[in-house]
Amino acid sequence: MKILATYNIKGGVGKTAAAVNLSYLAAGDGYRVLLWDLDPQGAASFLFRIKPRVKGGGKALIRGQRLIDDAIKGTDFPGLDLLPADFTYRNLDLVLDSAKQPAKRLASLLTPLRREYDVVVLDCPPSISLLSESVLHAADLLLVPLIPTTLSVRTLDQLTGFVAGFNGHQPDILAFFSMLDRRKRLHTQIMADLPARRCDVAAAAIPALSVIEQMSVQRAPVSAFAPRSTAARQYRELWHEARQRARLPDPAA
Amino acid sequence: MAAGEREYVLGDVAGAGSHVLRALAAAGSDRLGWANGGSARTIRRTWLDTFDWRLYRAGLTLQQVIGSGQPQLLLTDAGGAVVAAERLDAASRPRWPRLAAQLPAGPLQAAVAPVVGVRALLPVARAISKVGELQALNEDAKTIARLAVDRMAVTYPARASVPARLTLVPVRGYQGQAGQVDRAIGTLPGVSASHGSALEAAFAAAGLRPGDQPGKSAAVRLAPEQPAATALAAILTSLLDSIEANVPGTVRDVDTEFLHDLRVAVRWTRSALKLCGDALPAGLAVEFRPEFRWLGDLTTPTRDLDVFLLGYERMTSRLVGASPADLSPFRDFLTASRAAAYHQLAAGLRSARFGRLRSNWRAALAGVRPTGRLTVAGLADIKIAAAHHAALRTGRKITASSPPESLHDLRKRCKELRYLVEMFGSLHDPARLSLAVRELKALQDCLGEFQDAQVQRAEIASMAAQLLDSQSASAPTLLAMGEIVAGLAVRQSRARAQFDGRFADFAGPGSRARMGGLARTSRA
Repeated sequence: MKILATYNIKGGVGKTAAAVNLSYLAAGDGYRVLLWDLDPQGAASFLFRIKPRVKGGGKALIRGQRLIDDAIKGTDFPGLDLLPADFTYRNLDLVLDSAKQPAKRLASLLTPLRREYDVVVLDCPPSISLLSESVLHAADLLLVPLIPTTLSVRTLDQLTGFVAGFNGHQPDILAFFSMLDRRKRLHTQIMADLPARRCDVAAAAIPALSVIEQMSVQRAPVSAFAPRSTAARQYRELWHEARQRARLPDPAA
Repeated sequence: MAAGEREYVLGDVAGAGSHVLRALAAAGSDRLGWANGGSARTIRRTWLDTFDWRLYRAGLTLQQVIGSGQPQLLLTDAGGAVVAAERLDAASRPRWPRLAAQLPAGPLQAAVAPVVGVRALLPVARAISKVGELQALNEDAKTIARLAVDRMAVTYPARASVPARLTLVPVRGYQGQAGQVDRAIGTLPGVSASHGSALEAAFAAAGLRPGDQPGKSAAVRLAPEQPAATALAAILTSLLDSIEANVPGTVRDVDTEFLHDLRVAVRWTRSALKLCGDALPAGLAVEFRPEFRWLGDLTTPTRDLDVFLLGYERMTSRLVGASPADLSPFRDFLTASRAAAYHQLAAGLRSARFGRLRSNWRAALAGVRPTGRLTVAGLADIKIAAAHHAALRTGRKITASSPPESLHDLRKRCKELRYLVEMFGSLHDPARLSLAVRELKALQDCLGEFQDAQVQRAEIASMAAQLLDSQSASAPTLLAMGEIVAGLAVRQSRARAQFDGRFADFAGPGSRARMGGLARTSRA
């Protein structure tokens, strides 16, 4: 089982759209996929028409009083399940703080799911907190959406430095350009320069397109309702790169 | 089977199944909607098992499913839960029959291989299905359950249609809401809960009884007072059925067990003719014994080489001085010799001589009528007692200085006794039968170990000479073969050392009384 996490300190940069589409594409390739909507806003849950509610809330899950297995819901797509968001996730930092080895808690909660899933995708809330630290410790690959601006690049540098400071397990990083607007000079310039400076930037780039915003109307991944759109093509390209980067073996069945 | 999955059979009222989906779609409510799953899909299923149903008897079902997506192999347990699945590359889709070792490596192969062993997987049934789907939606238009109507037509082993089946699969986490769908289905006319799997439905429609073992030699059910001649003819007819059931698999070289089972049936036949032939009409046994001897001899070279090849990995794993690679020319020689022997065997089994033997033998057995007053129970008593006596007499003559041939003679007597006991097995109480043959089996194991080692030593020596003559083996190969022969010699002397004790048990008063008791129970 490989754990992928869409993560950025900033909000509104395309984390959830990426998590939803990559999960859908992974399941389409035959992997058994679980998407965990860790964001209390519950956008990923909403996009899959699943109520953002977990009995007992995030506290029961983190403390192991409620089995993750019981909270999982099937989506409308074969091979893709979702662990819904819950508004109590806003307090997960506090819950984690009272747990033993909080940074490793998420990883240990996911361990029993190894037999059931090939891929777990964590859709993280925007923050730098105990929860995000636990995500960084659990993940094999961090997918970092990057709006091509100077400040975003600086944030990516900070994240890379932070992860490099970990003792033991360090997740691999794959940044990708998100909400790209080729009419903006700064966007095209950073897109041209950054890959020369860093080897962890994906070739795929997700453009800022209204079809992606349509996901909230259609309540489905863009790759499902507009599979031939430019956005869907770019998500597929990004999935191929992520799959390679995470060294995912071919699905068994 | 997924949690909460339900299966229904659609009766005549439900018609072709699409009516059911339409009826359900019309029964929507504010809290329950429907979405059509698109046009009907065609699915081709091939159920696979060994000739002797090893998967079925282990509670497993293996099927190859070919639909719109990638073909796959699916292994399920008795409850329908998926044990393992394996996607198949469309270009390299397996051709059946196929050994488990030839399946793609993975969890499915790992689960199947220990169950089927050396037997090949064969198609046991085939069906084509048209599957229509419907999704049940909740008030958020979220799918809470999927319904599929499967209209299946069996195409093998016989063409037959099966009543349409409806499957309700709740989406994970929505089992509670899917209860509404279950209730809606319950209101439809002509729909009833299914009590068997699709495989069982396909088998029933095709008139097939899974678990039948047509190729195995087994005791025919006999009545003690049955006339000896007709009872013996019934036993021999059943053995001929076993021979014939195993011929196609042997000729197609599907797996080594077809030949093994064919040989068992031939050996039982030969022993019955030799030991009980006098109970048949005059001249019948004398006429057919040479032909069955020919048939037995025809099968021996291939089987001997099969035994070598089946035990090859075990044999090489015991090498101490030599490496397995040294034996590669030996393995090549075995494989080539086996191919040549098989060619002879297949030609013999396709020959007019074998055809005549089968038809003449069946006709002769069909013509057997009761003669004299001897019952089958009486025949069994006399023959078992005589064979028992012959085995004891032969064994008692064996001393520490007896040549290996004397043990081989005893092995043959013991085999004859065992065949008789098993052939007339239905006349005896199974528990007493099992106790009576306990010491006999132990003695047979010891004699088998001794004789197999003796034969294999001689065969390897002969093969070494042939390899040397043809200059196709190097010194390391011959040395490695020598090491195997040395290992066989150790096994043989160990078996020889065990012999006295095993025979003493067999010849002891307890064992003799139990074997003698069989005769009395056959009359009871």
